[in-house]
Amino acid sequence: MSEVVMRPARVALVGNPNTGKTALFNALTGSRQKVANYAGVTVERKEGHAVTAAGRSLSILDLPGTYSLRARSPDEMVTRDAVLGKLAGEEAPDVVVAVADATNLRLVLRLILELKAVGRPMVLALNMYDIAQRQGLRIDIEGLQRELGCPIVTTVATRKRGIAELTAQVDALIASGALSTDNTWHEPSAAELRGAHGEAQRILRAYVRPPERPDTFTGKVDSVLLHPVAGLVILLALLFLMFQAVFTWAAPVEDLVDGAFGALGALAAQNLPDGLFKSFITDGLIAGVGGVMVFLPRILTLFFFIILLEDFGYMARAAFLLDRLMGAAGLHGRSVIPLLSSVACAIPGIMSTRVIDNKRDRLTTILVAPLITCSARIPVYALIISAFIPSRTVWGFANLQGLVMFGLYAAGILSTLAVALVIRRIFWRGEVEPFLMELPTYKTPSVESVLRNLWQRAEIFVNRAGRIIFPLTIVIWFMSTFPGPPAGATDPAINYSLAGRLGHLLAPLLEPIGFNWQMTVALIPGFAAREVAVAALGTVYSIGDADAHVGALADQLAAHWSIATGLSFLAWYVFAPQCASTLGVVKRETNSWRWPLIMFAYMTTLAYLASFLVYRGAVAVGWG
Amino acid sequence: MLTQPEDATRVALDGCVRLSTVRAGDSGEIVELRAESHPDGHGVDVHELERRLLEFGFVEGARFEVLHEGAIWRDPLAIRLDDMRVALRRRDAEDVWVRLDAK
Repeated sequence: MSEVVMRPARVALVGNPNTGKTALFNALTGSRQKVANYAGVTVERKEGHAVTAAGRSLSILDLPGTYSLRARSPDEMVTRDAVLGKLAGEEAPDVVVAVADATNLRLVLRLILELKAVGRPMVLALNMYDIAQRQGLRIDIEGLQRELGCPIVTTVATRKRGIAELTAQVDALIASGALSTDNTWHEPSAAELRGAHGEAQRILRAYVRPPERPDTFTGKVDSVLLHPVAGLVILLALLFLMFQAVFTWAAPVEDLVDGAFGALGALAAQNLPDGLFKSFITDGLIAGVGGVMVFLPRILTLFFFIILLEDFGYMARAAFLLDRLMGAAGLHGRSVIPLLSSVACAIPGIMSTRVIDNKRDRLTTILVAPLITCSARIPVYALIISAFIPSRTVWGFANLQGLVMFGLYAAGILSTLAVALVIRRIFWRGEVEPFLMELPTYKTPSVESVLRNLWQRAEIFVNRAGRIIFPLTIVIWFMSTFPGPPAGATDPAINYSLAGRLGHLLAPLLEPIGFNWQMTVALIPGFAAREVAVAALGTVYSIGDADAHVGALADQLAAHWSIATGLSFLAWYVFAPQCASTLGVVKRETNSWRWPLIMFAYMTTLAYLASFLVYRGAVAVGWG
Repeated sequence: MLTQPEDATRVALDGCVRLSTVRAGDSGEIVELRAESHPDGHGVDVHELERRLLEFGFVEGARFEVLHEGAIWRDPLAIRLDDMRVALRRRDAEDVWVRLDAK
């Protein structure tokens, strides 16, 4: 490492999806990588560093996988612009590394012909070479090198084989002063695409001998996993296991996190003098950080399954099986995972929309995900149901309370599908993008890559989403605390605060849907998270620890609210965006405030309309 | 828009069927890709659809085998196309004309 420190050489990895490009990126850069977003778009930018044997520093960019430089999605646009050196804020790469699955060369050869037209120095990495060898596939590397006019390296990224050779080739290209030739690339026409396919076919015939022992494993597994009956049963079992895990495995860890922050808060409360500072530390700071961290167990549990299934190659199969079902609501097969995840919590659900490659489908899924009944609504539903719905048997077998709970879940699912259809009509004029998807060969997931990916998800959530959720929590604390009650005040302190005043101010607006001012006031701190509404109602009705005395609170509510008001409050919670964290994550995932604002507006409107109808209906039948 | 009348299509592609009509187990060769059908709300025009199909390897002369059909309305299709496996909806496969192997 004696060379003068200079600007690291810029290397871009380009290739079809499912070629092990990211595995190669991991093998090249190890833990020296950074995940961010490209300026102005939601596409994830992965950059890492490597040092060649000769001591040259490389800055490596893992570009989104694509079949063509003729970009069709925001991800592919990033790849095209990065290769062409037209991406805002990015320099053109010094060397392009084309990554190919050695067992599936046809499509990537056509992409390589396009890359050649761009004219940047290029190295071809024939990845998964061990599998090609095992299958008895023969590639005349010398000949292919001559034909394509670029050096070829064989790699096995998952076993870190061929990595030093690859960096050595990149180094040699730079050291030899290979310069970019003229860029003759233009968007190919259908005729040119056909021509390029013919050319790729000719090269393939000349230098590649088909495998003697082709892979039969994928075909065998598919005949079970894609079976119309067995496939669906297995998929349902997998989904069941996933969401059981999110509910049950994550819950104890969540309690642990919650308990730890609770203990920390109690410790702070014991050792700090009473007053504003103590309130800020315990109710603001510690509760705020805890409120962010408490989501981590759910997010990591869910992503553990998602990453595992994605790496194995199953996600494309799940999308295949459910495509028609989701298509009826104008959604994509891949929307199933995010939507079902939202049953636990919309936040990991929205984060997992990254598995949807089509931008419109992804946005639609993000916008409707919070309508699915999440677990944070359960305490609110349970409180209101126990206060207003008698526990009696109907139709001989069903408990009325359980039936109402079921109805609320069903309302969530139906409104999700209905809103998805409406969004497609309004925003995308009912258009359905063509659905073309590769079904990759099955691969054993690597422990290292799963762990690294999990770590990155955790980091992204804590760093980015936390940066939005945490300040919002502090703002809500501030509003519920300031100004403090005057001396000799009899009403609960929150009544005198900004939140209380805002509640009083908004009360006339919510009066037509049957809300009294206490409810309106409770909605404001309840914006931090849905379940907080229970504690907030406890505060305004002066029931000390409401979570521990739900029965007492339910009695209070039953005494103060009419049945119509109770039902209206339930309807409100089916639709209302009472969760700052969700909006924060939407901001983070869409990279703009536009979509969280649209979400807030449409959900509030729906909530108001639903509550209005329910309240007026209930009053009309005499439950006012 | 360069659309051809329905009749001319039939005459020109005697003995061929649309890929959107095949069943699991069918195999054959792609004879022609056409940019002509207009299913409602495709989101992209027929020429764009043609190019996307081409980029996925649906090109004249390619061999295919229908591996699976979706559970609902036998849609989408899982197809082995030369060396790779591809899934597509029947509505997007209308313009791919194929000649089926004799069974």
